[in-house]
Amino acid sequence: MRTITRRAMSAFVLAACFLAGSSGGRGAEAQTVLRMTWYSDGNEGEVMADLLRRFEDKNRDIHVVLDQVPFKAINENLPVQLASGQGPDIARVSDMGGLARHMLDLRPYLKNADYWEANYGPFLQWMRVPGDTSSIPGFMTQLTVTGPFVNKTLFEQAGVAMPGPKSSWEDWAKAAKEVADKVQAPFPIAFDRSGHRFFGLAISEGAAVFDGKGQPAVVDDGFKRAAKLIYDWHNSGVMSKELWGSVAGATYRGANEEFKNAQVVMYESGSWQISQFDKTIGTAFDWVAVPTPCGPANCSGMPGGAALVGIKSTKHPEQVARVLDYLASEDVIAEFYARSLFVPGHLGLARKGLDYKDASPVANAALKVFSDSVNQLAPAANQLQGYPASRVILNAVISRLGQAVAGEVTLDEAYKRISGDVEQQLAERNKK
Amino acid sequence: MTDLPTGIEPQAAPTASLLARLRRAGGTAFGAVLGALLRLVDRPMRLLQQLVGERRMAYVFLLPNLVFFSLFVFVPLAIDLVFSFTGGESLFPSQRPYVGTDQYAYLFDCGSFFDPASCRVDHFWRGVANTLRFTIFQLVSMVTFSLVTALVLNMPIRGRGFFRAVYFFPVLLSPVVVALVWKWILQRDGLLNAGLTMIGGQKILFFVDPGWAMFWSVFVSVWAHMGFYTLILLAGLQAIPADLYEAAQMDATPRWRVLWRITLPLLWPNLIVVIVLALIRGVQTFDEVFVLTGGGPGTATLMIVQYIYETAFASQVQNFGLAAAASIVLGVVLFLLTLAQLSRTRSAS
Repeated sequence: MRTITRRAMSAFVLAACFLAGSSGGRGAEAQTVLRMTWYSDGNEGEVMADLLRRFEDKNRDIHVVLDQVPFKAINENLPVQLASGQGPDIARVSDMGGLARHMLDLRPYLKNADYWEANYGPFLQWMRVPGDTSSIPGFMTQLTVTGPFVNKTLFEQAGVAMPGPKSSWEDWAKAAKEVADKVQAPFPIAFDRSGHRFFGLAISEGAAVFDGKGQPAVVDDGFKRAAKLIYDWHNSGVMSKELWGSVAGATYRGANEEFKNAQVVMYESGSWQISQFDKTIGTAFDWVAVPTPCGPANCSGMPGGAALVGIKSTKHPEQVARVLDYLASEDVIAEFYARSLFVPGHLGLARKGLDYKDASPVANAALKVFSDSVNQLAPAANQLQGYPASRVILNAVISRLGQAVAGEVTLDEAYKRISGDVEQQLAERNKK
Repeated sequence: MTDLPTGIEPQAAPTASLLARLRRAGGTAFGAVLGALLRLVDRPMRLLQQLVGERRMAYVFLLPNLVFFSLFVFVPLAIDLVFSFTGGESLFPSQRPYVGTDQYAYLFDCGSFFDPASCRVDHFWRGVANTLRFTIFQLVSMVTFSLVTALVLNMPIRGRGFFRAVYFFPVLLSPVVVALVWKWILQRDGLLNAGLTMIGGQKILFFVDPGWAMFWSVFVSVWAHMGFYTLILLAGLQAIPADLYEAAQMDATPRWRVLWRITLPLLWPNLIVVIVLALIRGVQTFDEVFVLTGGGPGTATLMIVQYIYETAFASQVQNFGLAAAASIVLGVVLFLLTLAQLSRTRSAS
């Protein structure tokens, strides 16, 4: 019995020693564990995991746990977590204005705040609460621009010429319908079911979105022109009701699967799709990104993107700043953008140009089209993106236009409801 | 040791007999350990009984469950009620401004309750109308199909056990899985449309037409849950004394009359349970329909619970106050339905 006890004790001690050794020596020093909440459109989650491994090799006192969640969780669950003070230390968010009040000002902890100002400066305002002009909450993991992808093979099969640059939305609608009729494609034009996508068209048609005082004035003549186009396209078969008319509320519905299956002639989406199209379509058919079609006012898309930000409730602000400082440094972020096939949200890199080594020639061409379209963005588009309650506007628009498209309400009723919804939600937000 | 009240003495015998049986069955070791554990509990329980009295012991046994029930039902209910009288978008009740009955007034601000378009919160009232429509169709279909299936499965047919399992199987599936499977069947390039085109028909866009979307929402719900209600009715059918049927057979009573005069009246208590459960389930419907149709087309299949969820969580301004008021209204409706169930069950018994 005594022998058995001794053997058991020896085994326990050996196991304890082994476990201590296998932790790579990390157990020897105090280690801070940080949680990063992350969503992915393409392969950027893998790239981030790889970069974090490298960071941890150089900084053995910090361990970052990458929690990969769906995009829906970022919009619906994360705000509740943050409001309850139970959020992560770092998060990748797209509703920058809406979550700004939960973000940590990294400035006091950064090695070189001037570097951040110089390279991420214009985008920092999107992450700040109104009135704040100095905080540095994070950096852009990607700058996105909305714009169309076209199935070139379908145009060739139909023998229809693709409209050139500066063509109008109406020109594209006519050409896409002609192609779809000839090749029996079910979706001549598909817009993601998203207010953000709609406003690219609306601003091109002259929508101002805000009044002179910067307050939302959503429904104007430009807006109505765009809404009428969408409404008419659904009735004439240019757009299928399967996207905009088939779900309720502000539910997002994309047509990326339909585009990848060659069912869509022209797909209005954005630069974040390049990576997955490059990988999944391959040589199945030829696709191209084309400059955003024009309206009477301009040829603007909508800017957007996602930022990696520190969260105010963190107990380790210094460590959070160290992680973000590393990830935002020029070499690291350049690698991140290049491997994820993202338009850079870093001014220095945008000026120098990025070498997308892993991208095919088609993807490289698409990235150039979207990078160039940044210069075409109308001031109203930037203003809407920077407005803290932009999602209130975007959600009201998609919800009500969806009802109009489905035939539940008239366009005039939809306009009244959009204004009412925006007004009511802003009033609710202002109740203190 | 003080004498125990006479009421508990007869319970000592079953305990002893249980211990004796355990010892015999499991040898000695296991029975002895269990016996020691039971004795360990026995003494404090006797003491407790002496303290609180025999009559109050029932409450002692109910207490643990009551604590958990209060924690996860009554406390959230109270918080929900508090939220419904507050506004703003803060999460903590202490940071939310009191707005009285504003949320309820806003919710009930309607030109006509029969026309959702005349209401300020038209989505809520569209949800009410859709939920009502869904509940009625679902209830009638559910009760009819469950009853017919139970009657058939109660007959001496071949493979009866197999069919009972088949009809019950969908109940075991997660509602989200059920909805996804049916979505793949019903979508543009799904199985059903493939079948339709194969026989020379045209594809039907089921999720674009409001009528089809509601039909499939009801169909999928009935398909998924019918097995459960069939089981309840089957148990009721098997409890009907066989001699009643034998007597009817001797009198040469027609089969429809047997169904009408014997089976249905004796099955009535079970039918009441099925009706009320299906009714409550219909009013609470969310997951299946949300995954299947997303509430569309337009708002044709938007249910009240989806409205509550989206108002509270999917909007940028998370309007917890309005969502809480809507959920209190839904709770009141469910409470009234439950009261109706209780009163019907009492009168039936």
